Amino acid sequence: MSAIPAVTGDRPDQRTADATLAHQCLYYMSMMRELEDRIERKLYRQGKIVGGVYVGRGQEAIPVGTALLSGPEDIMLPSHRDLAVFLVRGVSPGRILAQYMGRAGGLTRGRDGNMHMGDMKHGLVAIISALAATVPVAAGIALALRYRGSNGVAFNYFGDGATSRGDWHEGVNFASVQKLPVVFICNNNQYAYSTPLSLQMACANVADRGPAYNMPAEIVDGNDVLAVHAATRRAVDYARSGQGPYLLECKTFRMTGHSAHDAAHYVPKGLFDEWGKLDPIVRLEARMLAEGWADTAEIEQNRASVRREVDEAVEWADASPLPDPSTLLVDVYEGQ
Amino acid sequence: MPTTYLEAIREGLWEEMERDPNVFLLGEDIGIYGGAFKVTAGFIEHFGEKRVVDTPISEAAIAGAAIGAGLMGLRPVAEMQFADFITCGFDQIVNFAAKCRYRWGAAVPIVVRAPSGGGIHGGPFHSQNPEMWFVRTPGLKVVAPATAYDAKGLIKSAIRDNDPVIFFEHKGLYRKIKEELPAEEYTVPIGKAKVVREGRDLTIVTYGSMVWVALEAAEKLAEEGASVEVVDLRTLLPLDRDTVCESVKKTSKVLLLHEDTRTGGMAGELAASITESIWDYLDGPIVRVTAPDTPVPYSPPLEDAFLPNCDKVVEKARSLWRY
Repeated sequence: MSAIPAVTGDRPDQRTADATLAHQCLYYMSMMRELEDRIERKLYRQGKIVGGVYVGRGQEAIPVGTALLSGPEDIMLPSHRDLAVFLVRGVSPGRILAQYMGRAGGLTRGRDGNMHMGDMKHGLVAIISALAATVPVAAGIALALRYRGSNGVAFNYFGDGATSRGDWHEGVNFASVQKLPVVFICNNNQYAYSTPLSLQMACANVADRGPAYNMPAEIVDGNDVLAVHAATRRAVDYARSGQGPYLLECKTFRMTGHSAHDAAHYVPKGLFDEWGKLDPIVRLEARMLAEGWADTAEIEQNRASVRREVDEAVEWADASPLPDPSTLLVDVYEGQ
Repeated sequence: MPTTYLEAIREGLWEEMERDPNVFLLGEDIGIYGGAFKVTAGFIEHFGEKRVVDTPISEAAIAGAAIGAGLMGLRPVAEMQFADFITCGFDQIVNFAAKCRYRWGAAVPIVVRAPSGGGIHGGPFHSQNPEMWFVRTPGLKVVAPATAYDAKGLIKSAIRDNDPVIFFEHKGLYRKIKEELPAEEYTVPIGKAKVVREGRDLTIVTYGSMVWVALEAAEKLAEEGASVEVVDLRTLLPLDRDTVCESVKKTSKVLLLHEDTRTGGMAGELAASITESIWDYLDGPIVRVTAPDTPVPYSPPLEDAFLPNCDKVVEKARSLWRY
């Protein structure tokens, strides 16, 4: 795990656990926002990122609020809108940018792009494009954790659209039958590419799918990181205690198109305005000020240090070489 | 006492489970019922529910859960009840398992057992030979043993391999063939073909159940004076082109035989490889004997017409020999 930024300020000893948590959340959410802004609005437009770009702008509370409760034995299967999971698990911002830029320093050394990355040393499994495919894999990981007598839990992330797929249901069913320690985390951002929820499923909530599997399911405000964190604790405790999987539906909104090339004209503009007012970072900052967990100087300091850190990461990634074409045939099989 | 092909697979699985506590089985009806073909009969009683996992009817969950466990360093052996049903777990195998190492350096040491093949009147959904769907997926290994010896040696190698292996076991061979197996421990390497009959005039390259058809045809042709060499591929991916080409260089004539359908079959790939690398050794056209491009029919006269057999091979081989 990466070092959590030191809480600065004039009264460190008096801070409550809530304040410490809020500072951690703010840091990781800001890092994710700043990184994805650079990715989508600078590096992609500069042509330094040649492939797809899928950001989680407005959804940062979900990967942060959940992943902060993961321990070293836990395994994460983040979706493409969960960049902060990588940060929380200790992957450097530079490597993430290098990944997007197709550089040798990225997690897949140029073999794959964007959020298609993983590293078992950090307990991170790479998604494939068919997003629900990680659901049965998460079940298998949880099976292996139990097999080995580990206390670990699999954190499995997906969007609302993924829950329409057969492998989602197969994986959830198997996990439920076997009572496997999986926390299923849905970032319900209400659109799967251009398809709204109403054309995705006949039930009102993803959580409504839980009872069919005899699986507890909870709906949480996905734009409130502390609420996500509190709900995740309930989910993780349940899964870790051997009672089976738990479904957490985090209601949020995708504040972008499906990807950088998609202007999302199909989304009623009013929805962006409405959800823009619920921005999870703005909300957390306001809460921190109101609770006295931080002052405006600290908030500004966080923004500045995040920008600096991302500047350095961009520099590092840009200095990372492109992969050598002579490596094309390497690693199809072990020892090849 | 001779061991059947089915018993050889059982022995291989059993020995690997005794040897390595990370090896476990999962699949439909494999535990309490012992498997549709009884390959795993008695396993759950000996190894327990932890290591013999009866799953829901969910091929994607079986394949996906195997991948997840494999990523964690376990060595799952997943059973598809029939190779035909592997389609339901296809995405997991070809998009997830096959690409993990290349993309992000993660090993997926899994085995997917797939009972395949016709001749048992199973009809269109219990008789197929879907190996080529996987042979053209880099990152997978694909094996298809023909003998009890190879079935045992290859299942053990597959379990020990650090890449995903699809293990096609031919249902028609399960109880049809038997042989004495060594009492001592052995494995058969993945990626190595084998000359199973030596000859001078013509090479038949084949695998799986058709090895036995090729050997029968070679025997008949010998009565006519033809000396036929038979190469059993044993592994389809990675393909041992060297052994094939060495044989064809010697005989200068080659007949490619498989039970799978024709278009896009292994014969096409072999023909291209032979032509590319040793074209000037050939003294005749490359000949294929395969199933036609149809689904596998159910009724015996139709299925018999569908499957390659000794007479078809002898006829084609004879005219190639005389070419």
